[in-house]
Amino acid sequence: MAQAATANQAQVSPRNVLLSVRDVKVSFGPHKVLKGLDLDVYNGEILGFVGGSGSGKSVLMRSILGLINKDAGHVELFGEDYDSLTGADRLKIDRRMGVLFQHGALFSSLTVMENIQVPMREYFDLSQRLMDELARVKLDLVGLGPEAANKYPSELSGGMIKRASLARALALDPRLVFLDEPTSGLDPIGAAAFDDLIASLRDTLGLTVYMVTHDLDSLHAICDRIAVLKDGVVLTTGTLAQMTEVDDPWTKAYFTGKRARYVPK
Amino acid sequence: MADHTPTALTLDSDVAVGRVGEDRRNSDAVLPAKFDLQPRGEGGDNSQEWLLTCSGNWNIGGISEVDSELQDLDLNRCKAIKIDSTRAISFDTAGAWMIERLRLEAQAKGIPFEHVDADERRSQLVEVIEQKKVGGKVEATGSQGLINQAFDNLGRATMSAAQDVITACYLVGASIRGPQMKAGRRGGIRLKSIIHHLDQMGLRSIPVIAVMSFLIGAIIAQQGAYQLRYYGEELLTVNLVGILHFREIGVLLTAVMVAGRTGSAITAELGTMKMREEIDALTVIGLNPVGVLIFPRLVALIIALPILVVLSDIAGMLGAIVVSDLYIGITPQQFLDTLQSGISIRHFFVGLIKAPVMAVIIGLAAAVEGLKVEGSAESLGRRTTAAVVKAIFAVILVDGLFAIFFAAIGY
Repeated sequence: MAQAATANQAQVSPRNVLLSVRDVKVSFGPHKVLKGLDLDVYNGEILGFVGGSGSGKSVLMRSILGLINKDAGHVELFGEDYDSLTGADRLKIDRRMGVLFQHGALFSSLTVMENIQVPMREYFDLSQRLMDELARVKLDLVGLGPEAANKYPSELSGGMIKRASLARALALDPRLVFLDEPTSGLDPIGAAAFDDLIASLRDTLGLTVYMVTHDLDSLHAICDRIAVLKDGVVLTTGTLAQMTEVDDPWTKAYFTGKRARYVPK
Repeated sequence: MADHTPTALTLDSDVAVGRVGEDRRNSDAVLPAKFDLQPRGEGGDNSQEWLLTCSGNWNIGGISEVDSELQDLDLNRCKAIKIDSTRAISFDTAGAWMIERLRLEAQAKGIPFEHVDADERRSQLVEVIEQKKVGGKVEATGSQGLINQAFDNLGRATMSAAQDVITACYLVGASIRGPQMKAGRRGGIRLKSIIHHLDQMGLRSIPVIAVMSFLIGAIIAQQGAYQLRYYGEELLTVNLVGILHFREIGVLLTAVMVAGRTGSAITAELGTMKMREEIDALTVIGLNPVGVLIFPRLVALIIALPILVVLSDIAGMLGAIVVSDLYIGITPQQFLDTLQSGISIRHFFVGLIKAPVMAVIIGLAAAVEGLKVEGSAESLGRRTTAAVVKAIFAVILVDGLFAIFFAAIGY
């Protein structure tokens, strides 16, 4: 059902570019990781980003977020040049983004509830009662029960950490969410539930999702578009069906290999 | 409020796109959430229908303006309530929660409730929050009475102290068995590992311990000399410094320094390995983690600490010699002659015999705390602090017991 809504929405929503990456180059010493990469993410879509291990998927995400310095190139977020922004303007953009790190990156000295309230506390002047209520709403949205609220990250299971971390990423109702391998380390049922969660949140909260993933099932189930990173550039973008027709050995192996048995031929 | 263009009827989602987005984003700060309450129908309380019209930014940035007002709204005074959020500029989960909270309250009081919004997705958001609601309350973190709390803490502290001693005994026992391979190879003593730790704990501690002991020896000599001058017995300074440093100060200072420097390192190393499941990996491979990790460190400490104490004694005497020469006019030759004739060698041994005991205490305190580290970075920090504090406390306590013991046997 989520898929029908997805297709529907993709047609209705205008093709507004939310994130645009132009000619980004990143290198570590002599090793060039990204060699002039271009990428667009459209409003309201779920973009799946794939690439071999060590191909620079995480590097791209980190350089978009400003965690790694670029050698060259531009990143435009919400129509503004992110790198040239300073102070309050930059914070406004930051507020509209949420990040789910691969291992959750929940603050280990805070409970789940307190973790979700960290961004609220930093940006807004809300009463503790209101923050508690809003944190509960976020927990409900990601499907965590009240018993998880007062637990510390070290007491949570892998799936709960991902959900709690997603709740923190959603704390300020961002427009654009970056997910770094959201389903890695989850069992297939948990991963499928997480996929559904992301799709339903996209529909209700109007999220745009940038998802780095290796999970062919998630690519199949929820991604509107897929981008393939190879040799430091985006080799191709398109739907899953289009991927199988790309004339590139790595892409072919990825989407038509043994593990890709569910990909429609 | 009426001049909102139809584009304002969206969920906050496309706000940020393009120029329109910029204006709207700035409006976050300008227009807080507002609402307008219109009673409709005849009569006074309980017979009116309320129409609540939202305006302004019903998002997390503006919501605190209406939060308490909505909370204080007395729904008992109305017959039915209808909320229209069409004219809110923006609307997110925070706004949706306000509406859901009112709905819950109305439901509890049996008052008909309705929410309308021209934008389908906004109504959908409110519905989703309603559907996803998981029952149950967040458990309040229990607050007991002050006296109960005090007894609670005392009990826990006592039990954990007892547990620490038991764990330490286990560790001693387990270390003596060595690496203990499952295949039957006992592995014996890991010389390479012990030498590595001797380098880390012993050799690299020498500069700081030498300088510190030099200064302390100098200070004691200077203070002692000024006091003894009143009695015209400056030469007794040599006995004072010698006995004090050999018997107590040398070993105590060295042990405290090693507890701070090496004990904390042991706790941090073991704790990090515990957090990353390295200790579990050792067990699975068939090694005894205590034998592999803790035994070499204990042995290295037991060897290193006495050597450091001897070096501390030498440095302390050097400091005393320099100060005696400069301030009191006791020449180095005179100092050494007095030291040899005035002080028995037993004072030196009294200090030295304490060193291995202190080494074991420091090592065990550090290892016990290191193995107690749990998943979080905070716990690692807490355990490291606890290891140092406990080690220093135990060292001083044991030093006191030794003093009583040696006094009793008159040595």
